Amino acid sequence: MEHASIMNKKRRVSDQLLEALIYLCAFLAVGLLLGIIGYVFWRGFRTVNWSFLVTEQSPTKGIMGIAGNIVNTLYIVVLTLLAATPIGVGGAIYLNEYAKPGKFVSLVQFTIETLTGIPSIIFGLFGNVFFGKIFGYSMLTGALTLTIMVLPLIARNTQEALRTVPDSYRSGALGIGATKWYMIRTILLPSAMPGILTGVILAIGRIVGESAALLFTAGSGYYLPKGGMGLFRKLFESGGTMTIELYLQMAKGKYDVAFGIACVLLALVLLLNLLTKYLAGRLNVENRK
Amino acid sequence: MQDSKISVSSLNLFYGENHALKDINIKIRENTVMALIGPSGCGKSTFLKCLNRMNDLVDGVKVDGKVLLDGEDIYDPGVDTTLLRKKVGMVFQQPNPFPMSIYDNIAYGPRIHGIKNKSRLDEIVENALKGAAIFDEVKDRLKAPALGLSGGQQQRLCIARALAVEPEVLLMDEPTSALDPISTLKIEELMNDLKKRYTVVVVTHNMQQAARVSDETAFFLLGELVEADETMNIFGHPKDKRTEDYITGRFG
Amino acid sequence: MAEKQSFSIKGNRKNKALVEHVAEAVFTVCALLAVVAVASITVYMIINGTPALFKVGIKEILFGTVWQPAAKDPSFGILYVILTSIVGTTAAVLIGAPVGILTAVFIEEIASPRLAAIVKPAVELLAGIPSVIYGLLGIYLLNPMMYKLEIALFADAPDHQFTGGANLISAVIVLAVMILPTVINVTVSALHAVPKQQKAASLAMGATRIQTIFKVLLPSARSGIAAAVVLGTGRAIGEAMAITLVSGSSVNMPLPFNSVRFLTTAIVAEMGYAAGLHRQVLFTIGLVLFVFIMFINISLTKILKGREDS
Repeated sequence: MEHASIMNKKRRVSDQLLEALIYLCAFLAVGLLLGIIGYVFWRGFRTVNWSFLVTEQSPTKGIMGIAGNIVNTLYIVVLTLLAATPIGVGGAIYLNEYAKPGKFVSLVQFTIETLTGIPSIIFGLFGNVFFGKIFGYSMLTGALTLTIMVLPLIARNTQEALRTVPDSYRSGALGIGATKWYMIRTILLPSAMPGILTGVILAIGRIVGESAALLFTAGSGYYLPKGGMGLFRKLFESGGTMTIELYLQMAKGKYDVAFGIACVLLALVLLLNLLTKYLAGRLNVENRK
Repeated sequence: MQDSKISVSSLNLFYGENHALKDINIKIRENTVMALIGPSGCGKSTFLKCLNRMNDLVDGVKVDGKVLLDGEDIYDPGVDTTLLRKKVGMVFQQPNPFPMSIYDNIAYGPRIHGIKNKSRLDEIVENALKGAAIFDEVKDRLKAPALGLSGGQQQRLCIARALAVEPEVLLMDEPTSALDPISTLKIEELMNDLKKRYTVVVVTHNMQQAARVSDETAFFLLGELVEADETMNIFGHPKDKRTEDYITGRFG
Repeated sequence: MAEKQSFSIKGNRKNKALVEHVAEAVFTVCALLAVVAVASITVYMIINGTPALFKVGIKEILFGTVWQPAAKDPSFGILYVILTSIVGTTAAVLIGAPVGILTAVFIEEIASPRLAAIVKPAVELLAGIPSVIYGLLGIYLLNPMMYKLEIALFADAPDHQFTGGANLISAVIVLAVMILPTVINVTVSALHAVPKQQKAASLAMGATRIQTIFKVLLPSARSGIAAAVVLGTGRAIGEAMAITLVSGSSVNMPLPFNSVRFLTTAIVAEMGYAAGLHRQVLFTIGLVLFVFIMFINISLTKILKGREDS
């Protein structure tokens, strides 16, 4: 009987072409990333110095500084999270711990997915006519709009985290007579904390980078709040985040300033990214215990 | 006539630090069924995967020694693994049909090896399905998804899929462990039939199965090949005490 | 006999039950808020988006090609704006999706685990970069390049309107890059979900690694990849700030070297000063975008449902 030899190594041209294409695409994607980050830092580095970060912008005096925008960014992050975190976590607890599968649950799940898919600009328009009708261009309008926008991020991450908590924890606590709410407070939420924090940090990243949803809700003020009362009054005053200021500067063709802000933003995004990585690692470790 | 289809000499395999196969020497004759038995973790599946170099896909595996297939060393750097695997087909423990139609599952192999002609493919598909004794059950629904078949049918489909590339050797890794007794029986009958045209090597944890289907049996223990002989001898007059202990159920 | 203190199992049930009920009610309201939000957004988009349709005329708005909102006799045709969004998004997806899918193949199947561990987080990082930064790079780097190309191509075309490089191609390139992370990440998880035995089966039959990828892995992951492409499409059609300046500033037919307005950029560009009917028309544009998005969302849900069923 004749046997086919296995020694006849052939190179397939089509395989090699496709493999080359795959390498090319991967190289392109990674190259773009490195290029973008590298270029922004290189181009923006010169603009960023201490006074750029701590001075308030004053067009009349010709001073450029983004202190006001930094404060606005922090302000809107805190305000948004104050509203979005309890609602998002609460909604997730309802879906995971209380709800029985049915129409209402699928409706809530569907709307959370829908919220994820709605683009920022639509949130901006909605916030403008809904919250803006009452509060005008203000930090409050901006934060309320963003609350809806980041809600799914927090809800989904909390849900994921709750799902990884073993059922034995639940039955263990309930079995020794804990009420459900007590069990949630003392067992579930602590176990799910890294997941909740991941959601919160992703939300911070989204808020820091957001522009379209803020342009027509929080507006573009760049003044620093004056004193404690000023901080409260700020709720009802317009304020542009760093991202908004970056957009406005770039629209004016002031690229040095724009790249300076981009540099700061990107550093912040990198930091938040590292933080989520760290937390994700924590969540895995906790659950392996 | 060439006596041994596969001839293995001084085969060693390492998973990193773990010496998983120790100095294996064995010959497998053409047109026979060889059963590999032994307790789980003894290396029998690992050995099977050495015969078509599926171990190459596992990170950190190192193999040395010689595995001659028709006199050619399959670990020679000049070997094209795709040709090797075309020649040495494999059926896995879990039926693993592709999420395609029955027809496309069978035609997959011939197509990747360059057969495009529709009537030629039809013929190959029909022969392969007949060879795996499943043709009558599926001939009216060749375009139906393969995942709709029962577990036993899926496994025979996978055998047909392996036959469709016209291999000379068929490796089977516990092919019936996921199946019910009736499907198991059908596959055992099939193995008897297959050895007329192929050389079959089957890993099994079921000693009755080894006794029923194989001409020769090799007993593995802790990465060593303890004994390989005609099945009748292994089960009737084992030479090694460990083999006797195992087949009489004293350990393992 | 020691006195044994016993307690009634009926205890202070009322109090506890009240706390339990309040907790459950609060959580239910939280979940309900998501529904309320989507319902309000839908209602408000309709309330604010439809009046202009009736004042100007559905046909005049949706199929009109002249956009002169500030003229004495204003005209509000947004056909070109709609077409730009469709053409621009399609082109961006046609470029971005294949690159993204192949990059995902690289991460999941080709790269060594160590290399994949570098590339994957890098791609996730790409997703976190704010859209204005993409816009900034687009206007600062891409537009000048396009302008050079434009000058070279249209040097002898006297009737060509020069755009300074702010044209449809620039916007498409920016969008294509921006959808990459979405496409890559979702495709990676889709490929990861393909059972390992299928890969083994294909290789065991003598298929090469590349044949296995293109004939088994990608087809097996097709519904996940479809979801990736749809998600990318949603991301592209909804993107505003990155392309507002990059795509130019006038409403034109979506031709490669034309300065164009997308649904999103039309809103961003004029919302700041628009009033009266003009402002209402901008909300109509928003409504059109919203309809597109809802359509995309629903098809996505369908795809994901289909995957669960099979």
